[in-house]
Parts: sequence; C-alpha cells; structure tokens
Amino acid sequence: MKPKSNKRVNDVILQTAAVIIFFIIIIFSIHLFFSGHYSPGGGFIGGLMTAAALVLLLLAFDSKTLATVLPFDYRRLTALGALIAILTAMHSVFLDLPFFTHAYDKFNLPLLGEETLHTAIAFDLGVYFVVIGVTMTIIQTIGESE
Amino acid sequence: MHWLDILIYISLAILLLAMFFMLYRVVKGPTTADRVIALDSIGIALISVVALLSILLDTTMFFEVILLLSILAFIGTVAFSKFLERGEIIHHDRDNDL
Repeated sequence: MKPKSNKRVNDVILQTAAVIIFFIIIIFSIHLFFSGHYSPGGGFIGGLMTAAALVLLLLAFDSKTLATVLPFDYRRLTALGALIAILTAMHSVFLDLPFFTHAYDKFNLPLLGEETLHTAIAFDLGVYFVVIGVTMTIIQTIGESE
Repeated sequence: MHWLDILIYISLAILLLAMFFMLYRVVKGPTTADRVIALDSIGIALISVVALLSILLDTTMFFEVILLLSILAFIGTVAFSKFLERGEIIHHDRDNDL
C-alpha cells in the first residue's frame, strides 16, 4: 500500500454524471436494438452504443471497478453471440428448409398482448453480443497494457 | 419554394460559417484544449445540421443520428480531457495508481 499522494484529482462531477448518462445510453441502445426491423437501428449500432456506455464507465472509474460491477468475460460473450447467430441460421436446416430461412408467428404475450415474434431478432441478438464483446475486448486489451 | 425552406437554407449557411470559424480555431488554436473545445463545438453544430436536414428532407429517420452524435461527442471530449489531465485514459486501479 503506497502512501496517499495529494496529487490525486477529484472527479465527483464526472462520476455522478457518468452514472446517470450510463443508463440513458443503455436505454437508447436497447431502443436501437429493438427498432431495427422498422426504423434505423439494429444489432450493430445497438452493440456499439452499449459498448460506448461501458467505455464511459471505464473513463469515469477504472477497469477494476467495471470488472467488479459487470463480471463478464467479453471473449466468452463474443463466442456466445456467434453461437446464437449460427444456431438461428441453422435451425431451418433441421426442418428441411434452406439455410437461413427465418420463421415468424403471432404470440399472445402477457402484459404486451398479441405480438409478432420473428427469428431475425435472435440473429440480431447474436450480432449485438459479438459487437459488444469484440469492442470491449479491443478496448480493455489496449487499456491494460502498461 | 416554401418560405420555411428558405429559412432552413439561411440557417444552414449560418451554421456553415460558424463551423468554418470553429475549424479555424482547430487549425490555429495555440493549446490542445482550444482544439478539443473547438472539435466538440463542431460536433454540436453537426447535430444542428442533421436536425435542419431532417426538416428539409421531411423525414424522421435521422433522429437517432442526433442522439448518437451527442453521445459520441460527449464521450470523445471526456476521453480527450482525461488524456490531457492524467496522461492515461483508462486506469486499472485509480486508488492505487500515481
């Protein structure tokens, strides 16, 4: 334990603002992810915005704090996203349909009423996870090197 | 041409002029902080340009771009400020560094 130096900077404004803005960016990224079918958005830009929110936490705090709050291994998140995408594309092969055939149906969801669910959202979820994982792996790998 | 279109073209011309002078500050600025603030202002002016263009093109498809540009301008400015202040952007353990 090193002695505390008085050179340390107090970042209370940045940290308080970052905690509030983090949730705004996360909600915006979820909106972008779900609006991809009918309006601009989709998995790629949604994943980039989620990574931007995590980068804002990295800027305001440090990488040890982020690893404590969100204990993810981002390389495993990348692998999980690629697995979701390839399984979504492959499920039609087992039903004697061409590769990448998507399906949809109407479901009666609780609280939401009748909604149409499409398997493209599962493929988009894979893209979302891959983009978050790759971006955070790059940034953390570069940031860790002393 | 509708009178609203003429107003939007005038506003775009004013914004272009403002962005030109901000660009002059980016090129000329004696310190790095001047350049960072000028680049941040260019980002904010770019948001206004996108908003005016979405009125001109009569579409709502660019509204996400506005929020996205503001978030990216904020994060970029914070990152550059932290680099100027500390010399390091991402700390590993800020309590035991320095």
